[in-house]
Amino acid sequence: MTIELRNVSRWYGNVVAVNDVTMSIGPGVTGLLGPNGAGKSTIMHMIAGFLPPSRGDLTIGSGPASSGPASSRPASSRPASGGPASSSSTWRNPALYRQIGLVPERDSVYAFLTGDQFVTSTAKLHKLPDPGAAAARAIAMLDMADAAGRKIATYSKGMRQRIKVAAALVHDPEILLLDEPFNGMDPRQRLHMMDLLDKLGSEGRTILFSSHILEEVERLSGTIQVVVAGRLAASGDFRAIRRLMTSRPHVFTVRSSDDRLLGSTLIGRPAVTAVELTGTGLQVRTSDYGAFCRDIAVLARDQGVRLREVLPTDESLESVFAYLVAN
Amino acid sequence: MSGFFNPTIAWITMRSTLGRKRAFLFAIPALILILFTVALKVSRPPSRPWPSHVLGTFGFSVLLPLTALIIGTSVLGAEIDDGSIIHLLATPVRRSSIVMTKFVVATALTMIFAAIPELVAALIAGGGSSPPAVTSVGPGGFVAVSGSKLALGLFVGALACSVIYNAVFVMVSVATTRAIAVGLLYVLIWEALLSNFVSGARLLSVSHYGLGIANGFAHDPSLAAGLTVLTSVIMGALVTVAALALAVNLLSSFTLKGEPA
Repeated sequence: MTIELRNVSRWYGNVVAVNDVTMSIGPGVTGLLGPNGAGKSTIMHMIAGFLPPSRGDLTIGSGPASSGPASSRPASSRPASGGPASSSSTWRNPALYRQIGLVPERDSVYAFLTGDQFVTSTAKLHKLPDPGAAAARAIAMLDMADAAGRKIATYSKGMRQRIKVAAALVHDPEILLLDEPFNGMDPRQRLHMMDLLDKLGSEGRTILFSSHILEEVERLSGTIQVVVAGRLAASGDFRAIRRLMTSRPHVFTVRSSDDRLLGSTLIGRPAVTAVELTGTGLQVRTSDYGAFCRDIAVLARDQGVRLREVLPTDESLESVFAYLVAN
Repeated sequence: MSGFFNPTIAWITMRSTLGRKRAFLFAIPALILILFTVALKVSRPPSRPWPSHVLGTFGFSVLLPLTALIIGTSVLGAEIDDGSIIHLLATPVRRSSIVMTKFVVATALTMIFAAIPELVAALIAGGGSSPPAVTSVGPGGFVAVSGSKLALGLFVGALACSVIYNAVFVMVSVATTRAIAVGLLYVLIWEALLSNFVSGARLLSVSHYGLGIANGFAHDPSLAAGLTVLTSVIMGALVTVAALALAVNLLSSFTLKGEPA
């Protein structure tokens, strides 16, 4: 199944959360990457049917489904059973949840139930023929069998996250949407979850997960959609986008015993594109992060200059994304 | 009907509602009503028709709606507030089924925690027996009726109020995250104040629907029913259906807010 967004926008009053986004998400694992507040959750909510687009078309299946403005759009007429129609919207269309599993970001589950009760009741709500067996399969898939008899209130955050995924998978959906699924998981749990999502994706399911952590996406996903400030900044193969990210200019703040001497030496290096003498030290721009880090130590030693501080100033994910938007 | 009632949702709702800390609040209005009734019974007020006023006007316009408010806003509103409703909504269950099941559970709980105590208090007030109905005009200018007849009327009226109040409060809990505040304003200003002093407001007063229905059984003028039983039944049914239809529509358009960029 394919998720298609065509010129989708979503605004709240005068505030634009998602601005003219067009993307296509097919079978396999796709990462929705972006800094906090970029609009990832808004996109996830629209795809999941919990927010109508203000403008644009949102398709699940093979045709246009959800189009704005929201107030003028009629309720979907998709049949209550069977597979999805060629153009189906999740907005006001609960029947489509037979094909979709959703793992919301918010850490709110029925804490008074045991893990087994929670997943089994979800299976019953999906009217599965054997809810107990389906729940047991999903719980085992998430490696939660040992804790399934305990109340969810006693679970760690990572365990709650996994039981939510088990509930989302209990009806064997073709599309799985996960909003920040690795939050609260320890490294072992993350690896297990990544392997599981990888396996589900390779089986032909459409897996879309959002994250603001580059490394999570790098480890898991071959395809990414980068969202910055409500716009789609980059889309496609992760490695190509990663190269674009790493070749961008980096800015360092440098303080030393002789800033002027060090600056005049640095400007002669090919990796250094600009040096500025500021009131408190140097601001150096370089196109090669690794080469600069190696060179500056050697140059300072050769010149007899003592380095007091070498600080990359733009290593936040936001700056990486901002660079992508600018280019 | 089976399409409108989902046993799994009912089970989760019962566990959720009775498991929350506020569950102990359900019994407080009922306890107040029974203790108040016992105190009045013991003090034996001389000639005022107090059971009709205490159990009818006060019970239907303050205590019963408060119980319904706490329960009616718990069954769905609490899940909307903490976000756990998303697990229910991300399934193919029809929204009408969710609303109706929550409404049935809330109504049943309100009947247990408010309508039955109303019956108990009425039986205490009337002595629990069927004394010879004194139908003459008493010193206070009222017509005395059999204690058990009044108790039956109040019980049926309370059952009707449980249904209508819960339809309204379930709808309010879907419409706003400040359901308790809105409900309290409605109960204290509209039901307890305006509907008892402004005759036109009675047509849109749930407590007066209850009093009208109660009076249809008890035929007690001291109940101060401002509406006939027919008007009460028709208006109560209309309000219930309209509130539930609105709740279904609102839940069908339930949205999760993303963060603006």
